[in-house]
Amino acid sequence: MNQPDDSFVLRVRDLNKRIGRKTIIHSINFDVREGEIFGFLGPNGAGKTTTIRMLVGLIKPTSGSVEICGFDVQKQPEEALKYVGSIVENPEMYPYLTGWENLMHFARMQDGIDEQRIREVTELVHLGGRIHEKVRTYSLGMRQRLGIAQALLARPKVLILDEPTNGLDPKGIKEMRAFIRELASAGLAVFVSSHLLSEIQLLCDRVAIIGGGRELAVGSVDELMGAGRGMVIWDVEPKAKALTLLGRYEDIVIVDSAGAEALEDAATALLNERSIVTETPEERVAEVLDVMVRAGIAVRGVHRVAPTLERLFLQMTEGEGIE
Amino acid sequence: MKRFWAMVQNEVVKIIKKKRFYIVLLILAVMVPIFSYAQMRQSLERQESYGTDWRLEVQQAIIDNQNSLSSDRVPQEWKVYRQIYIQQMQYYLDHDVNPNEPGGVTFTREFIDNSAALFIPLMILTIASDLVSSERTGGTIKMLLARPVRRWKVLLSKLTALLMFVSLIIVSAYAVCYLISGVFFGYSGWSIPIFTGFVLNGSDVDLTYVQATPQWQYLLMQAGLVWFVGVVVALLAFMVSVLVRSTAASIVVMMAALISGSILTNMASAWSSAKYLFMVNLGLTEYLAGNPAPIDGMTLGFSLAVLAAWGAVSVFISFIVFTKRDVLT
Repeated sequence: MNQPDDSFVLRVRDLNKRIGRKTIIHSINFDVREGEIFGFLGPNGAGKTTTIRMLVGLIKPTSGSVEICGFDVQKQPEEALKYVGSIVENPEMYPYLTGWENLMHFARMQDGIDEQRIREVTELVHLGGRIHEKVRTYSLGMRQRLGIAQALLARPKVLILDEPTNGLDPKGIKEMRAFIRELASAGLAVFVSSHLLSEIQLLCDRVAIIGGGRELAVGSVDELMGAGRGMVIWDVEPKAKALTLLGRYEDIVIVDSAGAEALEDAATALLNERSIVTETPEERVAEVLDVMVRAGIAVRGVHRVAPTLERLFLQMTEGEGIE
Repeated sequence: MKRFWAMVQNEVVKIIKKKRFYIVLLILAVMVPIFSYAQMRQSLERQESYGTDWRLEVQQAIIDNQNSLSSDRVPQEWKVYRQIYIQQMQYYLDHDVNPNEPGGVTFTREFIDNSAALFIPLMILTIASDLVSSERTGGTIKMLLARPVRRWKVLLSKLTALLMFVSLIIVSAYAVCYLISGVFFGYSGWSIPIFTGFVLNGSDVDLTYVQATPQWQYLLMQAGLVWFVGVVVALLAFMVSVLVRSTAASIVVMMAALISGSILTNMASAWSSAKYLFMVNLGLTEYLAGNPAPIDGMTLGFSLAVLAAWGAVSVFISFIVFTKRDVLT
C-alpha cells in the first residue's frame, strides 16, 4: 500500500509554513535516497531549522507533506518517526542524567532497543569511557556524539543532523565527517544542514540550497558548486600593473574589498596589501600567470579558494539579492 | 501499555534525579520540628496557667469568646465565628472529650489541617511546575517529541507520574509529621474521638448530625480531602507549565494564585461570586472540622464540584495545547 517505488526514504513535497500572516517556508521539495548524504545549505535564518522541525513532526506544515519510508509524518507519526533519528539544533540531553541514563530514557520510548543496542551505539560514537558520567560534565563534542548515539539508537533509515560540526574543533570536524560517510556507506540516508559551503562540498552527494525560506536549487554537489565561479587570490607586485593586465580579460571579474569581505575566514587570512581578489575561470589561471611573468610582474602566490555561500547566492539569484 | 509504563518510569526517574522530591522531604524535615517545638512550648504554657485539667482551659476559652461577643469593636462576621466556636467547645465539654489532647496523632491532624490549603500545595508545585516547562527550557522537548510516540501519550505519562508524586508527597507529609512530632508528644492518640458533622445555620450550630469519629478514621477522611486538593493544584500547575516556557514564571503564577487564595479567604465574604475561584475552595478540611466556610453558600459538595471543574478544564487545555502547538524554540 505505502510501498515507495524506489530507494527514496525521505520525500518532501511542496512544504509550506506560515506563521501568522508571514510565510516563512515556500514550497520546498526534495528527495533523499538510501545511502546518500544530502546537504541542506543556506545562511542562518534561511529556514533550515524550521524545515528540519517539520521533517520530524515538531512543527505542523501549513501545507505539503513529509514522507519517511512511505509514511506521512503528520498522519502516521508513530510509523514514520520510527525510521528517523535526529538532532535538531543543539544536542540537548538531560544534564542531570548520565549519558547511559539518557540513552535508556529514549530507548524506553520505543520497542526493540535493549541494553546490548545501547552498548553498541555507545561504542560506535566512542563514548565508552564516560558514558556513566553526568551529561552536565560533557564537552560540546561529547554531547554531539551522545546526540548521535541517541539518534542511531532505533536503527533508523534516515539520520537528520542540524549543523553537526557546529562548535567542534578541526579534529572533531574531520572525525565527524568520516563518521557520517561511514554511516552512509552502511546504507543510511544522512540529511545534513549547514551554512558552510565548504562543509557541504566536502561531505555531500547532493544538495538543496535555500535562502529566504525558498528553495534556490536542488542537484548534485558537483553540478551546483561547479556552476559557481571559483575565486583566485593573486599575490603580486606591482599591484597596479597586474590590475590593468587582469582588466583586459572579459571573463575575469575583479572583486572589490566589499566582496572580498565575504570570503571564508581561511581565505581572508591569506590577504595582504598586495592581494587582488578575482573571480577567474579555472582554465584561465595558467595563461594569466604566464602573461604576468612575461610582463615582469613578481608573482608571490596564487590561491584558488572555494566561492562562499554568499557569492554563490549572488550568482544564483543574479543580483536579486537575498531577502 | 508496557510502553506507556516505561514512559511513566522515565518521568519518575527524571523527577527523582532532578532531586525535587528530596527538596520536599527536606522542607518537611526542617519545618515539622520547628512547629512541633512551638506547639510544645504552647502546651507547657497552658499547663502552667490551667494546671493539668483541660476543662478549665476550655471553659476559659468559652468565657473569653463570650466576653468578646458583647464588644462593639469586634466585626459582625467574627462574632459569628466565635459563636460557632463556643457551641462546639461546649459540646466537647458536655461530652467530656478534650479537643486539644496532646499527642503525635493530634499534632499531625492539626498540622495537615493548617497546611492543606497552602503548604502542601506549595510542595506539590516544586514538582508540578517544571514538569513540562523544563523540557522546553532545556531543549529536550525536541528529542522527546521527535520520537515515534503520540504527543498525548508523552503528556499522559508525565501526568501519571505527577499524580503518583502528589500521593507520595501527602503520604510523606503524614509520615514525617507523625514520626517527628511523636518525639515531642508521644506516638499515641489514634482512637481519641473527634466530633464531626456540625451543621452551621448562620451563627447557630445544629448538633443533630454530630458523631464521634476515632481520630485515625478522621485522619483518613482528611487525607482523602487533602489528596483531592493536591491533585487539583497539581493539574492547574501542570497546565501552567504547559502554557509557560519558563519554569520560574510557572512557579510564580501558581504561587500568586495560591497566596491570593489565602488572602481572599479572609476578606471575600462580602463578594459572593469569589466562591467560584479555585483558590478559595482549597480548605476542604475546614468542612470536616466544622469550621465556617469563607463565603456563604459554600459547602463541601460545592467546593468539591468547583475544584473538579477547574481540574478538568486544566487537563483539557493542557492536552489541546500540548498536542497542537508547534515546537518553535
